[in-house]
Amino acid sequence: MTCGLSHNLCVVFKKRGIHVNKKAEQSYSVQDMIKKNKQKKNIGNYFEKGIPYFLLLCAIISVITTIGILFTLLRESITFFSNVSLVDFYLGSEWSPWTDRFGVAPLIIGTLLITAIAICVALPIGLAASIYLSEYASDRTRKIIKPILEILAGIPTVVYGFFALTFVSPLLGSVFTDMKIFNALSAGIVVGIMIIPMIASLSEDAMSAVPKSLREGALGLGATRFEVAMKVVLPAALSGIIASVVLAISRAIGETMIVTIAAGATPNMTFDPRQSIQTLTAFIVQGATGDTSYQSNIYLSIYAVGFTLFIFTLLMNILSQYISRRFKEDY
Amino acid sequence: MTTNTLSKHVFSIEDFNLWYGNDQAIHQINMEIPRNEITAVIGPSGCGKSTLLKTLNRMIETIPSVHTSGSIKYNNQEIFAKKQLVEELRTHVGMVFQKPNPFPKSIYENVAYGPKIHGIKKKKVLDEIVEKSLRGAAIWDEVKDRLNQNAYGLSGGQQQRICIARCLAIEPDVILMDEPTSALDPISTLKIEELIKELKNDYTIVIVTHNMQQAARISDKTAFMLNGELVEFSDTDQLFSNPKDKRTEDYITGRFG
Amino acid sequence: MSTKVNSAQIKGRVVRNKAFKSLFIAATSIALIFLALLIYRILSQGIDYLSIDFLRNYPAPYIEEAGIFAGLMGSIFLISITAPVSIILGVSTALYLEEYAKQNRFTRFIQVNVQNLAGVPSIVFGLLGLTFFVYILELGYSLIAGALTMSLLVLPVIVVASQEAIRSVPKELREASIGMGATKWQTIWRIVLPASIPGILTGSILALSRAIGETAPLIIVGAAAAIYTIPDSFFSKYTVMPIQIWSWTSRPQEEWQYVAAAGIIVLLIILLCMNAIAVWIRNKFQNRF
Repeated sequence: MTCGLSHNLCVVFKKRGIHVNKKAEQSYSVQDMIKKNKQKKNIGNYFEKGIPYFLLLCAIISVITTIGILFTLLRESITFFSNVSLVDFYLGSEWSPWTDRFGVAPLIIGTLLITAIAICVALPIGLAASIYLSEYASDRTRKIIKPILEILAGIPTVVYGFFALTFVSPLLGSVFTDMKIFNALSAGIVVGIMIIPMIASLSEDAMSAVPKSLREGALGLGATRFEVAMKVVLPAALSGIIASVVLAISRAIGETMIVTIAAGATPNMTFDPRQSIQTLTAFIVQGATGDTSYQSNIYLSIYAVGFTLFIFTLLMNILSQYISRRFKEDY
Repeated sequence: MTTNTLSKHVFSIEDFNLWYGNDQAIHQINMEIPRNEITAVIGPSGCGKSTLLKTLNRMIETIPSVHTSGSIKYNNQEIFAKKQLVEELRTHVGMVFQKPNPFPKSIYENVAYGPKIHGIKKKKVLDEIVEKSLRGAAIWDEVKDRLNQNAYGLSGGQQQRICIARCLAIEPDVILMDEPTSALDPISTLKIEELIKELKNDYTIVIVTHNMQQAARISDKTAFMLNGELVEFSDTDQLFSNPKDKRTEDYITGRFG
Repeated sequence: MSTKVNSAQIKGRVVRNKAFKSLFIAATSIALIFLALLIYRILSQGIDYLSIDFLRNYPAPYIEEAGIFAGLMGSIFLISITAPVSIILGVSTALYLEEYAKQNRFTRFIQVNVQNLAGVPSIVFGLLGLTFFVYILELGYSLIAGALTMSLLVLPVIVVASQEAIRSVPKELREASIGMGATKWQTIWRIVLPASIPGILTGSILALSRAIGETAPLIIVGAAAAIYTIPDSFFSKYTVMPIQIWSWTSRPQEEWQYVAAAGIIVLLIILLCMNAIAVWIRNKFQNRF
């Protein structure tokens, strides 16, 4: 051992009678025991060196997952596009896979319709809730209301779908005429409710991050809380709020069960929210559960649709990250 | 390799330089730290005294951008030598930190931590080590009835003595102390100082402090550092009563820092 | 004169402030009312149908005999596989990123990748599972294929939660351990992990409760509704609670709604318990440092 001197030291000092040495009083030396143990196990050394590689391997699995998603979607999509032309897919306006018509526009319009309705519901409510929580509510109120709002985000989507179909849809049917049982409106509203906590929570975080001094400055000049919220806090937190909304849009686009259950399965080129429609996600469910044989055109089409969906949400996520990164530099 | 003759100096530092990235924090230091004495390192904050201390057990290497030149020998062995395992060096050169940092475990587990990681498992041996270390840190009587309680329940001064006991448990040669009382109240500080003086009988102690009175009270030798340089290093009495360097004099008379 | 105008102005502004405050409260209430309505509606529809038999019965074509037993056991089995796989992978990834990784492009890439993965719609994970686990690995529509798909789905959430927990362990503790001659792994294993386990557990339980309520990816990788057995191996067919609920919801006869509502109550109770445990762990171990 290169510098294991402790025991020798003890002995030497004891011999010299320099001190009443606490270390030398005992029958053994801890350092000696450590030395012995070290000699016994070199396995520990290999373990120590191997661990980072094991952890790296695990970390790489998340990368492989992304590659796997891209590979899967691309592989089946490419096969699909060798049977159906890219132009027909993206420019065609009829989606009827069982009669070999693969124009994806109705699904995209269905998805956009649902997303638009959802944002119309979630943006005002989520934003109002976040302003209330960050600017008006007392600490105690906030501590109660925030977790309750977040319950909304934890409810399984199948439950929302059930509620949209069995409660919201009949309710709206009694208000509007010509309302189909499966319709875009009820599904869209419920998707909107589902993403409220996302907007409320993230926007509230962004607003809370606005320095107190800014608020106090304005309040000190005699501004009301409302004016402070509108003229000081909102502009300062704007990019954080936008980022949260973009993220919520991404979530709405990818939402599957609510639209599968409540919006219907009718690919429809319509912006009439009373109609039954079909979204990208709902078709994937339909395509995967129907009698579709492996590598048939319908089977392959769910990947082409999935790829389209993936690109949409990926762009939204990147946009959201970009916006919130810029926002971090603000203060 | 037990043929080493005991050198008078535990550490011999020669032409030592250290950089954080491109910033040089320590310039060309030469000093020898004597065995079984208390060596204090003083200086204004940012003078490199903590950096120097943390270099002695190579803790400084946890900062990735650090690089060094020159030599530091521990018992005539180069501490930066390739064959020198840092873990082994650190079992000989223990450290007590600025802020009491006990683990969120019981008092017993805190003190037994060192022996355990080095493979000592026998309960009886551990019990003995724990008691001896706690006695060594002068806290046995205060905690002997609650060894299984979380160390976080203790006062700051007690926590720091637990940390010293934890350090003693592996019987190091040298104990490095990085401003060990700066986070403590005056009474706890006094207790720790008394403990340090007692520990001197069995250990070599290097203590960094920005409290000059503390250095004067407890140390045998004192080093004064400024801007990464070692300005003066001599017997404590001499350094404080008769400093050779003008800068030392300015500092100890309170003209700066 | 001018002061008079000002005071009238101020009055207006104060009134506006109050009006908008009420509006904000009203909007917040809408969300809360909706939640209350949803829970009330499901309880009132399903509570009568809930019984011991409902918990013990397999799915059946007749309302009186239908039960959620297969779904309940399927969900439990699925989570028993998903939990260890995703937690081991997730915590390891977090440890690598927080403790070992150097600050370089590759590390940042992994980090960004994890973030983006968390934003991928769950159904896309279903497609990945379908190609990779069901077809390429030839696992078929089996429990293990579903569980592995779910593991990948919750992985990013667990990684992020674990990273936060690991980061919150003060560096002074690491220094103390390393200063005693502990190796890096000893420090992680004996100090960092024990100190961050509450945070890791809280995050993992929340992520797994997500997985229990998740439906879409499992539909894609072939969890079926009509299952009359309990899985007896990794390769068995299986069903889970949300799939059962979905299948009952999509039946045209209104009575099946009550069965679905009863199933939802069971599902929500389980989620509630998991969340309660997570909150309990969080509160118990909060602010220790």
